[in-house]
Amino acid sequence: MKIIQKIGLVLFCIALLVFTAMLGLGTVELNESNFSVEDPYHRAEILNVAKEEGFLNKPISSISFISSYKNIIKKASNNLAEKAKTSLPEGVQIWDYTIADWRVKEYVPAAIKNGSAGPVKDNPFLFLFLTFGLAIIGGLMFIIPKFSEPEGIKNNGIYHNSLTRGIGFNTKLIYLLGTIIAVLIYGFFYMSDLFWPIATLILGLLITYLVFYKQDSKDHNPQRTTAPINTGMLGIIAGTYMLIFYVLLYWAPAYIHNWITMVNPLSEFLSGGQASQWFLYGLMYTCIVIVMGIRMMTKYQHNTYQKIRTASVMFFQTAFAFLIPEILVRLNQPWYDFKNFWPLDYDFFYAYNIDQLTSSGSLGLFMLIWGIIAIIIGIPLMTYFMGKRWYCSWVCGCGGLAETLGDPWRQLSDKSMRAWKYERYIIHGVLVFAILMTLFVLYHYFTGTSSILGLNVESVKKWYGFFIGAGFSGVVGTGFYPLMGNRVWCRFGCPLAAYLGLVQRFKSRFRITTNGGQCISCGNCSTYCEMGIDVRSYAQKGQDIVRSSCVGCGVCSAVCPRGVLRLENGSGDITERTDQLRTIHITEDQVKILN
Amino acid sequence: MHVVIIGNGISGSSAARWLRKLGDAKITMISSESEHFYSRTALMYIYMGHMRYEDTKPYENWFWDKNRINILKAQVDSVDFKSKKLALSSGKSINYDVLIFALGSKWNKFGWPGQDLKGVGGMYSLQDLEKIENYSKNLKKAVIVGGGLIGIELAEMFHSRHIPVTFLVRESSFWNLVLPKEESEMISKHILDNGIDLKLDVNLEQIIGDDTGTVKEVIVKETQEKIPCGFVGLTAGVSPNVAFLKDTDLHVERGIVVNEFLETNIKDVYAIGDCAQQKNPSPGRRPIEAIWYTGRMMGETAAYNIMDKKVAYDPGIWFNSAKFFDIEYQVYGTVLTNPPENHEQLFWVNKHNNKSIRIIYDNLTNEVIGFNLMGIRYRHEVCEKWLKEKTHIETVLRNLGMANFDPEFYKEYEQEIINIYNHKSGKTITLKTKRGLSKVLAFLSKKS
Repeated sequence: MKIIQKIGLVLFCIALLVFTAMLGLGTVELNESNFSVEDPYHRAEILNVAKEEGFLNKPISSISFISSYKNIIKKASNNLAEKAKTSLPEGVQIWDYTIADWRVKEYVPAAIKNGSAGPVKDNPFLFLFLTFGLAIIGGLMFIIPKFSEPEGIKNNGIYHNSLTRGIGFNTKLIYLLGTIIAVLIYGFFYMSDLFWPIATLILGLLITYLVFYKQDSKDHNPQRTTAPINTGMLGIIAGTYMLIFYVLLYWAPAYIHNWITMVNPLSEFLSGGQASQWFLYGLMYTCIVIVMGIRMMTKYQHNTYQKIRTASVMFFQTAFAFLIPEILVRLNQPWYDFKNFWPLDYDFFYAYNIDQLTSSGSLGLFMLIWGIIAIIIGIPLMTYFMGKRWYCSWVCGCGGLAETLGDPWRQLSDKSMRAWKYERYIIHGVLVFAILMTLFVLYHYFTGTSSILGLNVESVKKWYGFFIGAGFSGVVGTGFYPLMGNRVWCRFGCPLAAYLGLVQRFKSRFRITTNGGQCISCGNCSTYCEMGIDVRSYAQKGQDIVRSSCVGCGVCSAVCPRGVLRLENGSGDITERTDQLRTIHITEDQVKILN
Repeated sequence: MHVVIIGNGISGSSAARWLRKLGDAKITMISSESEHFYSRTALMYIYMGHMRYEDTKPYENWFWDKNRINILKAQVDSVDFKSKKLALSSGKSINYDVLIFALGSKWNKFGWPGQDLKGVGGMYSLQDLEKIENYSKNLKKAVIVGGGLIGIELAEMFHSRHIPVTFLVRESSFWNLVLPKEESEMISKHILDNGIDLKLDVNLEQIIGDDTGTVKEVIVKETQEKIPCGFVGLTAGVSPNVAFLKDTDLHVERGIVVNEFLETNIKDVYAIGDCAQQKNPSPGRRPIEAIWYTGRMMGETAAYNIMDKKVAYDPGIWFNSAKFFDIEYQVYGTVLTNPPENHEQLFWVNKHNNKSIRIIYDNLTNEVIGFNLMGIRYRHEVCEKWLKEKTHIETVLRNLGMANFDPEFYKEYEQEIINIYNHKSGKTITLKTKRGLSKVLAFLSKKS
């Protein structure tokens, strides 16, 4: 390693340390002048309780502030409930008089925002430089010298590296159970009904049982996907860090207010508005896709397909997912990502979104029509001509992150037949869930009926957002990179990928062709397939590959040492070339060698 | 019928698979090397950390059970051909009705002094790899003797772990017994560019050990240079692994001699793959071809013959491929290092000298004879059809895009080769078919 790369690594580690440690910096103070609750009953009662508890005018660390303040609000709510029994003010409903959960979720961040003080608030640019700045500089110092290395496949030592070699079988089990338990705890404490957490528990345990304990199934072969000995410690640490990051981001943003404060000036500059956790996330996401995209380019210097494709995901993330929506907001238009389509964009047909788009003039209407036309005509048509790769590995943001940040872990996807079987059930299950949920939402929108078969539209929306939107695509989708490869979400969860996949499987010109008899069954293609397709099983039979899950990343073709695989679009017959017995050199009727 | 296959490599496994496809025989496949079939060609990638051993298995473990192929990890000591019985080293014996030898190869030792020292070895089996892995710890220097495909793989393996390598090659340029001059020199340069100490025109004189019987240094015959090293890789070719069959009724020369139906001189005994020696090889082919693809074809052919569907082994039109560090190599048809007069050569090379295309045709009949590619991928099926149909070189050149199998967006070089031909012949041919699948499928489905 060159000295400049070592310095880069050190800078990156410093940035990561500052980024982590800054969450504990600064204090929060509640006082009457910065107290922002508007509801007069809530305001009076919260202030009252805070005064009793000696909480006012006392700067304390943000972490203890959050829990104390929550207790105070709870107490205030109980007091109000008590008062309501005797003297509920006229014209006020009981559920407005007491403090509902969703109110708590507004009051706490608002109090932190108004009452926080400390180095981050005073010097946001300094911290932005120490975290984002140093990480980018350090990352590039580490990555850019790689351009001087000779061109070629650079997979040396991947299975010797603690970060990328994968995680042992038992640790995987602990990891998975830990995640399920964490989700459950969250479900019990923060969600109001019990039906869904119990459903999760049953579903989670069922998955764990199937994946880890159903030993009697003939095709069970855990070795194929896990490291024989558990030494992937860096991988475990990286995965855990990402898991925790996502949990905080989605479900406890109050704890990361320092990060949000840090990026606030940038948000004001771009959109004119205050930063939310989503602005922070978008900024981080874009920086990571760009820096790790450059890394991808150093790795595949010799491969034009990979270079163009990576440039494409970098462009779509920066322009379409990050800059354009922010600029739209500045122009008083709705925040809109033109390349994010239903059902991946699952709230596209939610009432608030339809209302917002239909009330935003001709541009809003265009956005609505654009989204609908894309789903019905644009997406299937593009997929017919070039396979789902045009979206999944050229345009999509989730795909973009997987192909850049996730690239070092692509080899960890499970290639077993068993995984393929589960994959088909799970991903199509999510697609059905997304469609039913959306039909329900639209039915409610047009008829006003909010309940079918005892299910309430709001709770179905909430749980789709919780399980699929946040849990599956975010926490599991990225946190599981070092555990199950970089396309866990795309492979097992993404409803849009499922839709594109159906088109690709049954009506598309795209296929991966194999080169006659040149395959030596080495297994590089299967190993580096992020979607867990056993590419080799087709290649060694000389069979062309048409698989619904293939995202067309082209890495199988790149890593093949014998030039066997090519991604192609062609109008010719697919059925014959994907035939199981294509490789028979000797035909049964004439017993004659053809090859 | 009980078919016993000794060896679970590509030949043995192919035979087992095809036997099952074609019928209901009881099948047992024995190997002392590994429990399951793995891809020998991927050994280097295990060492280099690209894959784990598990990843090199072409079929999942359940596959064999599901297809009712019994797999047995055991060493066969001897064969009693009269009573159709195998004796295993465990003391057990197995009866067979039909026996297939798919024994593979072992690496050559040519009687060098010191060749049996600790830290000297070839690379053919999992056990060899394990040994190399053990010696790699704290290894300061490795010497590789013999410039073939395994030699360069071994060099790349050590290179991946930053272990300095001296590569002793007998020839004046790497693999020039197979590669034409320009290609051979391209690879020689590529080896040097990768920091390998390539020594050409040299032979190994002896290997010297220390007090513990471990290799310490080697002496080069021509220069008497002493090269200190901790490991010596012997990669001067392989030969059939048939030692335990010498002095039996089986006809064994260098390999087990078989006829075109892959039958040996003993009834119900077949030999396939690296260990088989063709009594009457096809024209232009060697009697022993230790190659992945021929092993696969022989396995399939033997299965047909055993299942009473008589068919002669026909390896078809020659093809092969390899990868030398970062340069891929493919060959189709006849490419000779000392071509006769009528083998006209069209040779194109890029300016970085890491991609080249060689197309050979007969300057009397204008039939295309062979393709030799470095750093460029060509379509097997298209080249094969052209060669089989003895296609006119100008037809080939006009449609050369059909042969191009490089990934999308890669530069296309067809017109540059055509220019070379035009320059040579004074004609003005232009490219008619560019790279792309649709035309290829139409071409392939057309009956000749």
